Amino acid sequence: MSRPSKPEPSQPATSRPDDRRRPTDASADDTTQLDAEASREVRSRSLRLLGELLRPRRGALALAGLLVVVSTLGQVAGPWLVSLAIDSAVPDLMDGDVDTLVLVGSAYLVAAVVGGLCAGAYVRQAARIAQGVLLDLRRRVFRHTQLLSLEFHESYTSGRIISRQTSDLEALRELLDGGLTGVVSSLMLMLFTGLSLFLLDWRSGLVLAVALVPAWLLTRWFQKRSQVFYREQRTTSARLIVKFVETMTGMRAVQAFRRESTTEADYGRLSEQYRDANLNTMGLNGRYQPGLVLIGNVAVAVALALGGWRVYSGGLDVGVLVAALLYVKRFFQPIQQLGNFYNSFQSATAALEKVSGLLAEEPTVVEPRRPVALPHARGALRLDHVTFRYGDGPVVLPDLDLTLPAGQTVALVGTTGAGKSTLAKLVTRFYDASEGRVQLDGVDVRDLSTTDLRRAVVMVTQEAYLFSGSVRENIALGRPGAPQADIEAAARAVGAHEFIMDMPDGYDTDVNKRGGRVSAGQRQLLSFARAFLADPAVLVLDEATSSLDIPGERLVQHGLQTLLSDRTAIIIAHRLSTVAIADRVLVMEHGRVIEDGTPDELAAGDGHYAALNAAWQDSLV
Amino acid sequence: MGSELSTFASVRRLYPYVRPAMPRMVGGLISALGASLAALAIPRVLQTLVEGPLAEGAAAHDLGALVVPVLLVLGLGVAEAGLVLLRRNLVMYPGTRVEAELRMALFRHLQDLPVAFHDRWPGGQLLSRIMGDLGLLRRWLVFGLLQLIVSIVTIVVGVGILLATAGWLGLVYLAGAIPVTVIAFRFSRRYRVIARLSQDQSGDLATTVEESVHGIRVLKAFGRGRDALDSFTDQAEELRRTEIRKAGNQATVTTSLQLIPEVTLAVCLVLGTVLAAQGQITVGGLVAFFLTTAVINGPVVDLGMTLSMTLNARTAVDRFFEVMETPNPLADPADPVDAPDARGHVELRDVTFRYEDSARPVLEHVDLELPVGTTTALVGLTGSGKSTLAMVVPRIFDVTGGEVLLDGVDLRRMRRHDVRRAVAVAFEDPTLFSASVRDNVLLGVPESGPDAVPEAERERRLHEAVEVAQAGFVADLPQGVETRIGEEGLSLSGGQRQRLALARAIAARPAVLVLDDPLSALDVATEEAVTTRLREVLDGTTSLVIAHRPSTVALADRVAVLQDGRITAVGTHRDLLATDAHYRHVISSLEQDWEECAEHSDREDSEPDQTEQAQTEEVQR
Repeated sequence: MSRPSKPEPSQPATSRPDDRRRPTDASADDTTQLDAEASREVRSRSLRLLGELLRPRRGALALAGLLVVVSTLGQVAGPWLVSLAIDSAVPDLMDGDVDTLVLVGSAYLVAAVVGGLCAGAYVRQAARIAQGVLLDLRRRVFRHTQLLSLEFHESYTSGRIISRQTSDLEALRELLDGGLTGVVSSLMLMLFTGLSLFLLDWRSGLVLAVALVPAWLLTRWFQKRSQVFYREQRTTSARLIVKFVETMTGMRAVQAFRRESTTEADYGRLSEQYRDANLNTMGLNGRYQPGLVLIGNVAVAVALALGGWRVYSGGLDVGVLVAALLYVKRFFQPIQQLGNFYNSFQSATAALEKVSGLLAEEPTVVEPRRPVALPHARGALRLDHVTFRYGDGPVVLPDLDLTLPAGQTVALVGTTGAGKSTLAKLVTRFYDASEGRVQLDGVDVRDLSTTDLRRAVVMVTQEAYLFSGSVRENIALGRPGAPQADIEAAARAVGAHEFIMDMPDGYDTDVNKRGGRVSAGQRQLLSFARAFLADPAVLVLDEATSSLDIPGERLVQHGLQTLLSDRTAIIIAHRLSTVAIADRVLVMEHGRVIEDGTPDELAAGDGHYAALNAAWQDSLV
Repeated sequence: MGSELSTFASVRRLYPYVRPAMPRMVGGLISALGASLAALAIPRVLQTLVEGPLAEGAAAHDLGALVVPVLLVLGLGVAEAGLVLLRRNLVMYPGTRVEAELRMALFRHLQDLPVAFHDRWPGGQLLSRIMGDLGLLRRWLVFGLLQLIVSIVTIVVGVGILLATAGWLGLVYLAGAIPVTVIAFRFSRRYRVIARLSQDQSGDLATTVEESVHGIRVLKAFGRGRDALDSFTDQAEELRRTEIRKAGNQATVTTSLQLIPEVTLAVCLVLGTVLAAQGQITVGGLVAFFLTTAVINGPVVDLGMTLSMTLNARTAVDRFFEVMETPNPLADPADPVDAPDARGHVELRDVTFRYEDSARPVLEHVDLELPVGTTTALVGLTGSGKSTLAMVVPRIFDVTGGEVLLDGVDLRRMRRHDVRRAVAVAFEDPTLFSASVRDNVLLGVPESGPDAVPEAERERRLHEAVEVAQAGFVADLPQGVETRIGEEGLSLSGGQRQRLALARAIAARPAVLVLDDPLSALDVATEEAVTTRLREVLDGTTSLVIAHRPSTVALADRVAVLQDGRITAVGTHRDLLATDAHYRHVISSLEQDWEECAEHSDREDSEPDQTEQAQTEEVQR
């Protein structure tokens, strides 16, 4: 087993005590040294994926192959026609016979035209196949990434997913674009040449056959080592992307805290690792290719020696020897291209290993095969003895039993880590309960189709993410295709209409990159408008008003009161101002509900809520 | 050829980066030429040897005559392999070195460019430049460029030989070069446009991928995975069409580069046969002509590929320099004022700020003084310009009018590094990096460099900052302060992240501290604890605290009210509460109080704020 010359970069990613992580996470993804069995497994997984992608395009591939064969034949025919012209057409013409010349000349013309047209058609066909495969794979990866549960996204860095979908696919594209042409026409040429040689003089043919043995050994050596090197190349490239994405996303903090030089040093280190990985693969290829050239040339010399000896002993014509030697030489000419193909093939399979690894991730939250239809949810929620833990971690919610009647507005109160957000994630099915059931209108949420579930239950989080595009598009995310009037109504309901109209193009204003121009509070208002527009039966608000100013919050609350009058709502808020509109308050601690009642009841008591409420009243002015 | 020249001029901008690598590149070029020379020589040598000395030796049955030819062929063969090895090894170092240099130069420039640039440029576009485009350039440098030169040299030399030896036939062959040149010229113009389009589109696609990953929670919460996939598919489909169009272009040029020379050869074949029959050219001369054209045709066909590779590289260079040549409007001054230890007196004088592409200023004629050691709360409605004002103080943004003074010196006359050492910020979106808690908190406390802080002091600050920000939860993390957080580590709740961002700003021990709504995500109890400790720490530090709530205002000695980009009042919380209607409107949580205030203001203020009135109505309804 060959090892890379450098030890694995010291990333503290190797030991992960964090119990939320699953075995198939980013750290496993970063390994380049796999044992033989694991290596075979990932390799066959990636080849399987390649097969799956190419299988539906068998016809197109066959056509591409045919085009290459024809254009290669056209190329091969040229020299043959030339020799025909010299050997027969010239003497015939001297005898006054023009026919041979006309025949040979027009044959050459036809071969030239057909060969050229087929070569061009092949380029088109190959691009069609390559782009089709890429589109397929892009869609597959994108769809799969969207399907994967939040649990996965919390452990697999966004930069890594981005690198899977960008630079890894680029490696595959290189193979499909250039590699295929090379391999088919090279193999064709080698086949033709080899056959001709055997027909001409089988003994020289044997030299060629023997020369294939070291060529094969060299290829095996290359394959083994390059597998590791290309894996390393994919891994280092992913790391470089991760670092880049993180730095660019956090540019404000980088600049404000003068981290430029440190980040640059980090990035430089990763960039050097990537460079080393590239050098490794290029160095390997830089030995493999000349090795093939050497083998070919030595074979020519050996054939010359043996052939020459046979000429001396009278067993071979000089003319035949010349031809045989030229064949041997020509046989090895396309091997360089073949080496190129093999190189890009290795690079692409290493990339496919990563991509297929991502595709092999099973979503932990899966859509049911035979969903129970729930076109019009009323919004009654029931948590039936629900226990939850992240992976194998400690229990976060122990045996929670809770009924929320349709239409009730419930506020969850408690310190960080009490389990409020976890409860919200279970109701919205971002996670599945470890034990017990979460039911909506009596149906287990695991039995609902994603469409029905997401129509019925919508969550607004503290992190109000805006996509690039207009304000309108961002609100319309709540209900694609909603008419302008509805979008405006939603914006008005949360008090966002005024500031939107103040923007240069109103609802058509581009929010730029990650809402760069919109304040945090305004962003929260926009994501509120989204939820208003979605008009779900159950609305979950997880710290959704934290960045609003007081008038803004009040406005949202008034909007909420109308909105929530006929729907179920779960409100998580640190600020008790939000709690005031609730019908019911649940105080949570360590995953258990310790107080349950109306705000007034609880405030009048002497429990946790009463204390919080008193403190809050004091803070008001 | 204007376009070629401009491609040359465009690529020439790389010269400063390539210059150190020039000796190796030239060496690589010489080896490449040598290798192709050896490759071309071998068949010729074979033929001459076999027909000459070998045939003579055979006649004389002299085995010794075989030794020299075999050794000669072997020598040439080994030389070819050796030269290929040399070429690859010579160019791979400079190739990857130049790539790494360009990458680091781009990264450095991106870090230097102001936040406003990053708000404007989508992440995917930058990513595709720093990974995809630079990778393309590397491949072109180590392969395409040499190939292009070797091809052109081979063609020119070959055509020269033809003209010198074959007379008329050579001229006919040369005539074929005219349409080839015209087509290649037109191709490169069209191809360049498409190549640019395709590279830009793949950048856009990368942006969509990035957003789909960063915004996964929103997409999941609204069940919009399907729509995201659809619009991603549209974009990917568009890219596919562009790529196929690009391939179509390439197919045309492949066809012509293969077809035209071959058709010319068909003409030559007929003409040559006639000439030979008439005895105007020897048969040997005809053979030599076709052997030479066979050598030239290979590079001509390759030219299509190397040409498109060159054009792609040129596009990559353009895209690279597009960012590199973006001037930095926020650069350090030529002769900066030294400001080793700031006292922390901040003054905004007649400050106006307008975003580049917006008509209306966000801040208008703002005058605000932050005396040394005082804490000022900045209060205003969402969108009133508070966060923008906070960005102007550490010079994340430059004012468009007026000036910001630190200890009496205009920020623009100081080094950015000095300004940001003096001013620390806690942003409203807490950005954590994939690093340990320790590294995240000590982000603004340099470990090395001119203003390095000794280890013991760093440790002290870490603990103090964690304690003040009530971030004691870090002790409960699996590895305490060494636990890796951020994207590649443990995910924290919004409140936890906010407390770490606050701790980070505190640990930097700046002369001026800017806190943008630092407590929004904290629960009441934590908020109170933070406030108490923070007051002590802020004592003696000039601070600007953006506040939405009275509890945050409680940190401040005085309050500045920001309304529609202007400071409308400055005073103590108590005074403003009594005298300023807008302030009451913004900060007061007690509904009845506030309504009273509103009525009050109606009576007292001759011109009540319009939006306020609108909102009052909204609330009273």
